[in-house]
Amino acid sequence: MISVKNLTKAFGPKLAVNDVSFTVQKGEVLGFLGPNGAGKSTTMRMITGFTPPTSGSVTIGGNDIADAPIPAKRLLGYLPESAPSYADMTVTGFLNFIAELRGLSGTARKQAVDRVIDMCFLGSVVHQSVDTLSKGYKHRVCFAQSIIHDPEVLIMDEPTDGLDPNQKHEIRQLIKRMGETKAIVFSTHILEEVEAVCSRAIIIDRGRIVANGTPAELKSRSENAGVVHVRIAGDAAAGIAGKLGGLPLAQKVAALATTSGKASFRITPKGSAVNGDLAASVFDLARRENWKLEELHTDEGRLDEVFRNITLSDTSK
Amino acid sequence: MNSWSHIKTIAKREMTGYFSSPVAYVFIVIFLLLAGFFTFMASPFFDRGQASLQDFFVWHPWLFLFLVPAVGMRLWSEEYRMGTLELLLTMPITTWQAIVGKFLASWLFLGLGLVLTVPLWITVNYLGTPDNGTIFCGYVGSFLMAGAYLAIATMTSAMSRNQVVSFIVAVVLCLFLILCGFPPVTNLLVRWANPGFVDFVTSFSVMTHFQNAQRGVIDSRNLLYFVSVIGFSLFTTGVIIRSQRAG
Repeated sequence: MISVKNLTKAFGPKLAVNDVSFTVQKGEVLGFLGPNGAGKSTTMRMITGFTPPTSGSVTIGGNDIADAPIPAKRLLGYLPESAPSYADMTVTGFLNFIAELRGLSGTARKQAVDRVIDMCFLGSVVHQSVDTLSKGYKHRVCFAQSIIHDPEVLIMDEPTDGLDPNQKHEIRQLIKRMGETKAIVFSTHILEEVEAVCSRAIIIDRGRIVANGTPAELKSRSENAGVVHVRIAGDAAAGIAGKLGGLPLAQKVAALATTSGKASFRITPKGSAVNGDLAASVFDLARRENWKLEELHTDEGRLDEVFRNITLSDTSK
Repeated sequence: MNSWSHIKTIAKREMTGYFSSPVAYVFIVIFLLLAGFFTFMASPFFDRGQASLQDFFVWHPWLFLFLVPAVGMRLWSEEYRMGTLELLLTMPITTWQAIVGKFLASWLFLGLGLVLTVPLWITVNYLGTPDNGTIFCGYVGSFLMAGAYLAIATMTSAMSRNQVVSFIVAVVLCLFLILCGFPPVTNLLVRWANPGFVDFVTSFSVMTHFQNAQRGVIDSRNLLYFVSVIGFSLFTTGVIIRSQRAG
């Protein structure tokens, strides 16, 4: 649905977005990650046709945003970064205005407005003017306008920014549900959100894509990915460590704090594959040796660690 | 959806915007008060012994000089400031539909201000028998002039997110359009420039074209003048918005 090719944007001599390419299919939720000023918002503004790119192209459902902006924009719903809306209008007035611009009229418009008021929990404020609303409500009003025409493509710049934890949860569930039938791109710097919602994530740093993969793939790049933690009841710590170290898949075994009668170990695998093989071999060993396993788990890696590694290591270059 | 319905949607929103804020009421009250004051107090309206609205129209270029930029200054500045430009221009509409829609709404609003001066017209008809054709032309000329000022204010509004800057630049530009046809200024010019050049300069002035309308004549040249000022300013507005978007 969305195809971005070699997108570049220069502000004077500074390259805000540098040769960014990716595609998003229907049924995909793409998380757009990156430090502040990495070029997330600029990229989104180019995708929605607001900012013209310096070079490169964007097509939405086969329509080039530069050559055929109207059919492309028709497929799009967009939630800009600051979630703007016309402050002097009432919530229904604003939503009706947007619905009208989206080409909805009569009962179709009324239904669409009622639907998003329900979906975004705006029922209690419909007759209030937007500038009297709290930040969370304003945000949801703008969110509501972006989905009012049930678009096939949704571009959202920090959709959960400024919401309280319950609202965040609701919006995430909503995005996840809509992601089953739409192509969604959203930016965030909340990493847990990426794990909860995205089917794929892109990390962008100083205008360039530095990582692109499923959240699980990205996590497996973490230093701790694949590390197996094991706790065994018993005292013979040294003997156990030696036997664990003898496993063909284990690279390094570190004994952690041993309390009376319990020994904990951290086993680093050879390579960095996050699969259950090492844990399985630990289990087999324990069964042969008749150890009492109290805990056994494989670390999946942490996204924030990967994020920091990728975006910081570049800074030092 | 055709472009006309987009324009109408945008104009409707803009119009509601005026009336949901104090801008509309302040403008209308001030305009009517000032128009009344200048017509009856600052002009020889009663001494003239003639039923005409000449003393009413003669002040319009100066009244509009401040009031029209005040109406137009928010049109785009406000969109920049609130960030709603991003919303508006990612809708399936073209930039010129938005420009025309906003312009038409404000122009109609100014027209409403003019319509509310009808009691003046009733007054002169009560006092005597004025030439209503001339008065009608005066109104049309005044409306066109307001449109020209408004288009300039629209253009300056697109230049800055600061409404004060938009207002001041618009006033200066409109003042220029007045002064290049204002007799005290053109009389100075006549002394050292050749008449052809003076004619050329005065033909750029709203005064020249509005004076014709006050006399009851609106010919194609006057019409062309106002239409081209509006057309040029709105076109430039489009160019400015495009360059603002490019960053």
